[in-house]
Amino acid sequence: MAAIAISARRRVRALPAGPRYLAGRLGQAVLALFGVTTIVFFALRLSGDPARLLVPEGASAADIERVREQLGLTDPLWRQYLSFLGGAVHGDLGFSYVQNRPATELIAERLPYTANLAVAALLLSIVFGVTVGVVTALKRGRWQERALMPVVLVGQAMPAFWTGLLLILVFSVGLRWLPSTGYDGPLSLLLPSVTLASLSAAAIARVTRGSVLEQLSRDYVRTARAKGAGTGRIVLRHLARNSAIPVLTVAGLELANLLGGAVVTEVIFAWPGLGQLTIQSVSARDFPVVQAIVVFASAVYIGINLLTDLLYGVIDRRVTVGGAA
Amino acid sequence: MNRRTMLIPLAVLVMYVVAAVFAPLLAPDDPNAVTLARRLLPPGGGHLLGTDALGRDVLSRVIFGTRISLLVAAGAVLTGGVFGVAVGVIAGWRGGRIGAVIMRLVDVVLSVPFFLLAILVVAVLGPSLLNVVVCLALVRWPRYARVAHSATLQARGRGFVTAATATGAPAWWIVLRHVLPEVLPVAIVVGTLELGLMVIYEASLSFLGLGVQPPTASWGSILSDGQQYIASAWWLAAFPGIALFVLVLAANLLGDAARDRLDPAKRTEIPKARRGTRRQARRQPA
Repeated sequence: MAAIAISARRRVRALPAGPRYLAGRLGQAVLALFGVTTIVFFALRLSGDPARLLVPEGASAADIERVREQLGLTDPLWRQYLSFLGGAVHGDLGFSYVQNRPATELIAERLPYTANLAVAALLLSIVFGVTVGVVTALKRGRWQERALMPVVLVGQAMPAFWTGLLLILVFSVGLRWLPSTGYDGPLSLLLPSVTLASLSAAAIARVTRGSVLEQLSRDYVRTARAKGAGTGRIVLRHLARNSAIPVLTVAGLELANLLGGAVVTEVIFAWPGLGQLTIQSVSARDFPVVQAIVVFASAVYIGINLLTDLLYGVIDRRVTVGGAA
Repeated sequence: MNRRTMLIPLAVLVMYVVAAVFAPLLAPDDPNAVTLARRLLPPGGGHLLGTDALGRDVLSRVIFGTRISLLVAAGAVLTGGVFGVAVGVIAGWRGGRIGAVIMRLVDVVLSVPFFLLAILVVAVLGPSLLNVVVCLALVRWPRYARVAHSATLQARGRGFVTAATATGAPAWWIVLRHVLPEVLPVAIVVGTLELGLMVIYEASLSFLGLGVQPPTASWGSILSDGQQYIASAWWLAAFPGIALFVLVLAANLLGDAARDRLDPAKRTEIPKARRGTRRQARRQPA
């Protein structure tokens, strides 16, 4: 037992991420990105004729024909696919015929709002989620756990748009404390970020709880206790680092999802971010923009996934080169 | 959760199924009967849950909405589940290069943000009941493929499979008789956990106007009316939400219980710290 405790403390010092692993992981990310672009390319062709999707409604047959020529839709499919990929590699994610602007420009315009909301929501959910997760794990079987676990279950089963509507009902319509929609000032950030955080916090709480519970049964915790370390010290010094990886993973996923545009929440609160842009583009039948958003969100998702993977080695030195892929 | 407490969510689920099947008998009113004279009546009186902007009975619409929710969720879970399990078993059984390629594809689909992909697919196909089911199955099958793949790999290394192979049994027979029984329990647990999520997905798509089209009642579309009239008619936002919430809670509890029974160590919740694998949390649209 003592031997295990010592080896846990004296971790193997190795490079956080070996070059070979790094290359493999990067290759994987590029492959995933390539795959996503392919899926999106073919998704737009599910309906048969993308030209019809790409022109504004009510366009004449001649207009459609012109768009078809202009976009090279008369080319064979493989050539269209290659030119789409080529564009994507150069950061060209398509052109909005409705707004007459490149799709990337539209995304860049909305991204700050979405990022604002995503970061606020993530911070809130980490604070609440980790606290609840640690408390329910430490106080297993006590009243604290019995009081908090139902909250987690409720948080998980509440659909985002219902949480949002209830918050508006109570705080905007009922109490008239907070603005319900739109973006003016930091106060308007409050309700949408709480709505989003309620989802992520439940997920983070569950994972934190599971991870801490697993670590609690380890020998090094018993050793630390035997040495007379208090609960606070054990949590901060020992558990924090060892149970951080699953929590980090989930937090990363949550951030990635939020950055892709919290569609429902943004629509409810009329938040001018990517999610709302998605829905506006869908109803305007502005498909290149929707396509571009999906590719962009996937890229963010893949990128953050890659980052969290690389961070593992920094947080927990035991995760080293040559780990099972 | 022990066996007895598991009965509660199960009973709730059965209640929803009953409400869906017998909707025409249970609903006090025609869910689509427009009577402008009685628009936006508060709950109580002749209409237990009030009426909407077109004077339609909210209780009846919520009851009929159960049909859409359950139909879409069950359809999506079954379609995605069958396809995903088939793909996962094939990849696991064949192994080698084909298996690796298939699982790479699964990884790729898992790294597309689901809800955005769902929106794109429904928008392209055009919103309808069938398209929503197809689209949800299309974005969720990799979840099943993942677990089916690893369960197949596990089964393939077991003694009874080796024994069956040694007796000269054909591959399809071994897969059906020996591998599938190992895979199905895991897939069913994932399906149960997915059920609540699919209910939320359907409601979210309907809320955005991308689900079942009016006048068909769906919880999501009633809630969308609820948002429009939030300052004057709170009941439109409240009641379909409660129906949705209770159903999802019951499905989640049941799924958790099923998973715990399958894996007493309850460790499935913790994403493994394996490097270089693409993960996807079971996450509802934000």
